Amino acid sequence: MTIAAPRRFTGGRRIDISQLIVWAIGGILLAIVLLGSILTLRAGHYTAAQWRDFVVFGIAQGAIYALIALGYTMVYGVLRMINFAHGEVFMSGAMTTFFLADYLNRSGFLKAHPWISLVAMLLFSGLVSMTVAVLVERIAYRPLRGAPRLVPLITAVGASFFLQYTFRGLFGSGVRAYPAIPVLQGKLWVFQKTQVAVFIGVLITLALLVLFLQRTRAGLAIRAVAEDREAAALMGVDVDRAIVTTFAVGGFMAGIAGVLYALVFVQVQFFMGFLPGIKAFTAAVLGGIGNLPGAAVGGLVLGVIESIGPSLFFDGYGIRAAHQLKDVIAFTILVLILIFRPTGLLGERLGGEERV
Amino acid sequence: MIVRAARRAIFIGLVAGIAAWHLSLVGLIPAFAQRRLVGDTLTFSYALLIALLALAAFATGRRYPGAAQRIPWGILSALVSSLMLFLLALLVTHLNLRQILLNATPELARVLTFGGGASGAGLVRLLLIGLLAGLFAGGLSALPRPWGRVIVSAALMTLLLGLLRDVLGPLLPQVVTSFLYGTAGLSLAGAVVTFLLAAVLFTLRWSLRANAVTARATAAVPATVRQPVIQALLLLILASVPLWAGLFLSNVADFVGFYILMGLGLNLVLGFAGLLDLGYVAFFAVGAYTMAVLTSPEVGQRFTLDFWVALPIAVVTTVLAGLLVGLPVLRMRGDYLAIATLGFGEIVRLLVLSDWLKPYLGGAQGVTRIARPSIASWRIDSPQEFYLLVLISCLFAWFLSVRLRDSRLGRSWFAIREDEHVAQAMGINRVTVKLSAFAIGASFGGLSGALFASLVGSVVPASFSLLVSINVVALLVLGGMGSLPGVVVGALALVGLPELLREFQEYRLLVYGIVLIAMMLFRPAGLLPERIHRRELEEAVEEAREIAPAEIATGRG
Repeated sequence: MTIAAPRRFTGGRRIDISQLIVWAIGGILLAIVLLGSILTLRAGHYTAAQWRDFVVFGIAQGAIYALIALGYTMVYGVLRMINFAHGEVFMSGAMTTFFLADYLNRSGFLKAHPWISLVAMLLFSGLVSMTVAVLVERIAYRPLRGAPRLVPLITAVGASFFLQYTFRGLFGSGVRAYPAIPVLQGKLWVFQKTQVAVFIGVLITLALLVLFLQRTRAGLAIRAVAEDREAAALMGVDVDRAIVTTFAVGGFMAGIAGVLYALVFVQVQFFMGFLPGIKAFTAAVLGGIGNLPGAAVGGLVLGVIESIGPSLFFDGYGIRAAHQLKDVIAFTILVLILIFRPTGLLGERLGGEERV
Repeated sequence: MIVRAARRAIFIGLVAGIAAWHLSLVGLIPAFAQRRLVGDTLTFSYALLIALLALAAFATGRRYPGAAQRIPWGILSALVSSLMLFLLALLVTHLNLRQILLNATPELARVLTFGGGASGAGLVRLLLIGLLAGLFAGGLSALPRPWGRVIVSAALMTLLLGLLRDVLGPLLPQVVTSFLYGTAGLSLAGAVVTFLLAAVLFTLRWSLRANAVTARATAAVPATVRQPVIQALLLLILASVPLWAGLFLSNVADFVGFYILMGLGLNLVLGFAGLLDLGYVAFFAVGAYTMAVLTSPEVGQRFTLDFWVALPIAVVTTVLAGLLVGLPVLRMRGDYLAIATLGFGEIVRLLVLSDWLKPYLGGAQGVTRIARPSIASWRIDSPQEFYLLVLISCLFAWFLSVRLRDSRLGRSWFAIREDEHVAQAMGINRVTVKLSAFAIGASFGGLSGALFASLVGSVVPASFSLLVSINVVALLVLGGMGSLPGVVVGALALVGLPELLREFQEYRLLVYGIVLIAMMLFRPAGLLPERIHRRELEEAVEEAREIAPAEIATGRG
């Protein structure tokens, strides 16, 4: 059921000067990136194996972004709002599970039964994040449904800071390091074993998510609400419940992403949710917000660009410490995608409702 | 009926209890255990706990018509909350949670039980305090409306005075200070007198307001004369701050001024035009860094311009930055705009921090030796002298805001805020109107940043994090988006107060989060709502009331 996209009041085909300037800036940025890439490749500082490692690392990182991005995209699908606190939902799982991991490590259980421990950690983290996500929905979003758009956005920012500083207050501001899991040390062909574990974890979670959305009544309800909330309500779908389920599922996946993140990056702290949160959001928009496969693809693309970008784009210019510009690349992609293609690479999948 | 009422009272009591658990374990409540407000016993921690108990009782009592029901259910609620407090004290005492929860200390147990400890004595003490708090709050909700308000306002005033002992003590005449304040916080007699005075004042104000309509008609002095007189007096008081305020207080006043400037700037964008800019710190940073690069001999081309030359350049640069940010985001909707501007803010910070631009912007170490202004032979050096500069800038920004608000451009901003499409259909040029909001709003931020850089004498990237933007948004939300006096109140409450209370610093952002959520839930127009906005919200409530019965009829609530 595709209707012609509602034409927005942008002045039709007429191009104004402001748009020209924006396009010019975009063109300049593209030229810089292309020239930088060519210069870098011609200089040949990096071997093929190094590029391969960059890409592999990027995919592992991107898989985690994808998992978080699904939470943004699902919530956007049903509520048409950005759950700004989603990065903190991710953090809450990872932070809390540190204590379980630490306990398992000290009691020796982690060494004896690494797989059981890992599954327990993933589930625990998922449950913690799920609880936090549901509470945020209940307290900060639900009472304000139907308020002007700015209002839930502000509570979302508030919830984000509330959660960050709650966890800082509870557990302290220090950095905590997850215990190493012996079976995941070392390499498997060109991959680190932790990276393989991340791929497998993400794939299983994605498969379960698809099954859940396609095969269960709750999944059907979510899809119905995403399609058209009012019609779904008239058909007897409990909208509130579908929305809570969405938050719960999104939160659970963010929690799993939290532990997987800790496997790769080891360290966790109260502020860790901010950057992955923003990047996952970027991934969601990149793939087309509201679009589930889009979020997965967007995550992978962003992860890889971020991993190879600093070396590829900037090394050719001889910029010092190009890796510091990693986040600049991510944020620039975010801004560019919002400017030039807010519907994302794969297109937005929203219901019939007109976007404003 | 009774079962339901009891269940509700218990539920509210539990919620308040959980809030108390949260604040305790996060460390907010134990942090204030040493801050005495009245006499030697009432610390700020205790005041917070009692306030929570009373709040539970008040929220429960409010739902019933008469005192006969309000008071007992209120008390039940407060008692449930006290039991929760005791439970936490027990847990903290008997389980060793410190490995995980930093604040689960024996000290916390002592604070939670008002010094009684997790024993029978503590329990009795807690229940007694719960009973009293419930009685007080239940009774309060049963009083006629203005009286309850007067009592609460006076009590808050008293606590505030106690809280600010270290600041106010040295400023007041010796006689007053030695009467009001004890070794720590208010003396008992001082507290009683303050409370009574405040109560009288609030009663007067309330009765004045109640008679305002008749008073206005018969007033001896017409408003056209009275208002300028009041304004002149206010100005005089503001201008005299450096004379009586010490170094520390002037410094705080300067920082409040920087945030007022930023608040007024963001107010044009967020309050007037309804565009949520989460990267406002970028303009503050651009202003500060322009000032730094132009006047410090350390970086870049090693310009050492005069402050007065650099200041206008800094402002113009920020206006350009505002246009640069504004152009691409013109077409974005609310939430995308927020994220895109946040992205811009972070890009600025990361670039400034990078080694790549270090030769020009100083990298992580920042830039020092920034010029201070001087007029003829008078070098404006101390925070006291600087305050005058900040004050003049704020007044200028205020004046500009008022004029803009009442201008054609201001009306266009309001129109865009309410409905962009309709505004366009009415012939408003979206491009110029939005861009002017960004540019003018940015210039205030740039001015603030330039002054900040000059006062502090150095800039480091850490001063320009996202938290500054959040701070400005929070102060706007607290005061009321679009309201100019609201900006001042918000800045005083969210920037001034935390500067004065050093224990508070760590919990600042936690409180901002709570403020953002709570204001949106309970008072979306802010403490001092803007006139037009308030009218709209009231209309919206009216509409909602008309719709509500229809919704109930269809079975959705």
